[in-house]
Amino acid sequence: MAIKSPSRSIVRPQNGSDQSPLDEGRKLVAEINRRNLLRGTVSLGALTMLTGCSVSDTDTVQSVLRAVSSLNDSVQALLFNPNKLAPTYSVDQVVKPPRFNAYYEIEDVKPVDGKAWKLELAGLIDNKTPWTAEQIYKLPEQEIIVRHICVEGWDYIGQWSGVSLAEFLKRIGADTRAKYIAFKCADGYTETLDMATALHPQTILATKYAREPITDPFGFPLRLRTSTKLGFKNAKWITAMEVTNSFVPTYWSKQGFNWFAGL
Amino acid sequence: MTDTLTVKSTRRHRKLHPAAVRTMHWINAVAMIMLIGSGWKIYNDEVLFGWLHFPDWMTFGHWAQHGLQIHFFAMWLLAINGLCYLIYGFFTGRFRRKLLPISPREIIADVRDALSFKLAHDDITHYNAVQKTLYVGIMLIIAVQVLSGLAIWKPVQFQELLSLFYGFQGGRLAHFIGMTAIVGFLVIPVALALLVPKTIGAMVTGGPDVPDAPDAHPVAAQ
Repeated sequence: MAIKSPSRSIVRPQNGSDQSPLDEGRKLVAEINRRNLLRGTVSLGALTMLTGCSVSDTDTVQSVLRAVSSLNDSVQALLFNPNKLAPTYSVDQVVKPPRFNAYYEIEDVKPVDGKAWKLELAGLIDNKTPWTAEQIYKLPEQEIIVRHICVEGWDYIGQWSGVSLAEFLKRIGADTRAKYIAFKCADGYTETLDMATALHPQTILATKYAREPITDPFGFPLRLRTSTKLGFKNAKWITAMEVTNSFVPTYWSKQGFNWFAGL
Repeated sequence: MTDTLTVKSTRRHRKLHPAAVRTMHWINAVAMIMLIGSGWKIYNDEVLFGWLHFPDWMTFGHWAQHGLQIHFFAMWLLAINGLCYLIYGFFTGRFRRKLLPISPREIIADVRDALSFKLAHDDITHYNAVQKTLYVGIMLIIAVQVLSGLAIWKPVQFQELLSLFYGFQGGRLAHFIGMTAIVGFLVIPVALALLVPKTIGAMVTGGPDVPDAPDAHPVAAQ
């Protein structure tokens, strides 16, 4: 059986070499039975299908996956450059209204009464006097037109304004050497930010969207908007804020989503 | 041309696939399958194409968060293993020995042989030109896949990289196309390897001994 001749190559010696080891090897590989191989492949395939339904949420596997997710938190904190700004966009690229995101559907939003609403403060803060909506709406505003990126994979450009979180923390005398800022929301949602992200120049406590007060489904009267985190980290309908050094698991991190969720 | 990782002996023979290569091959296979199956889960949460949802039975992870956990676990396997493989391939000369040179003339000749069912399979120690092209190609595709993955994982920190993919959705699309290419590579040559099963056997056992010096291809296999 004549097969094609080999190509000429400068790295190939002209005289050839001892081929006997090849013949020994041939005997070995001839023993590999196609039927067994196929059986093995099918078993492997069956195992991977098993993974699809149950293996990933058994306790042992979950503890390993969650340990790696915490490692990824630390890696992301290292990758985070506190001075790196997210790209900003022009007013005509802004999507109106913003796209809704929460752990329930938009029809189930329970509007917050702005008159009765207060922002409670706790933890490592000098002045813990609660803030009314009126007081917060009078604070100097910063506007950011940034891309919202959801963990699911969708995105849109939004135009948000409100007081800079760094500025607000300074006003209330928060200890910015603390590790975390924890948020509690009117709908029971909880979220925590690392201090570096809280102090980022594109992190604001937003009160307006497209220069109009934020409407009910999007977090009225007060929500967080940061350009350097996935959408779900931007707590809406905030009712309380705590500056703390102890890690508080959040609504989504308890369910296995990565906590840092940095962009 | 000497392999620095091979113990120098008077025989000057070593396995076609050294243990290191076999180990890295199977770690890579596991990492790839985990990344693909969990990637499909993540994709399903916000599809790029309305007509394409991956059925649940072929995705990894119960809910989206489990898909994400598996994806960001397997990325470390792929990255660390891939880096070891590249270092190994360059420093031992395996890439140069096995994958170079690739000549367009040879590729055309091999494709013609393959289409007329005359392509040589007798000597599995020699990669034909189509194989060489596919192996080099898949390595480049995986490298681009790592880059598009990093870009959509950190679209702010790596925004310069993301701009090469035309933004966030462009990056997602590039990552999807890369996945498709990798799955295509897995399906076609794996099917071919099943037709010539000794190639898979060799990736488990190490295969036949080969001379330490670059092998001379017999003029015509008998």
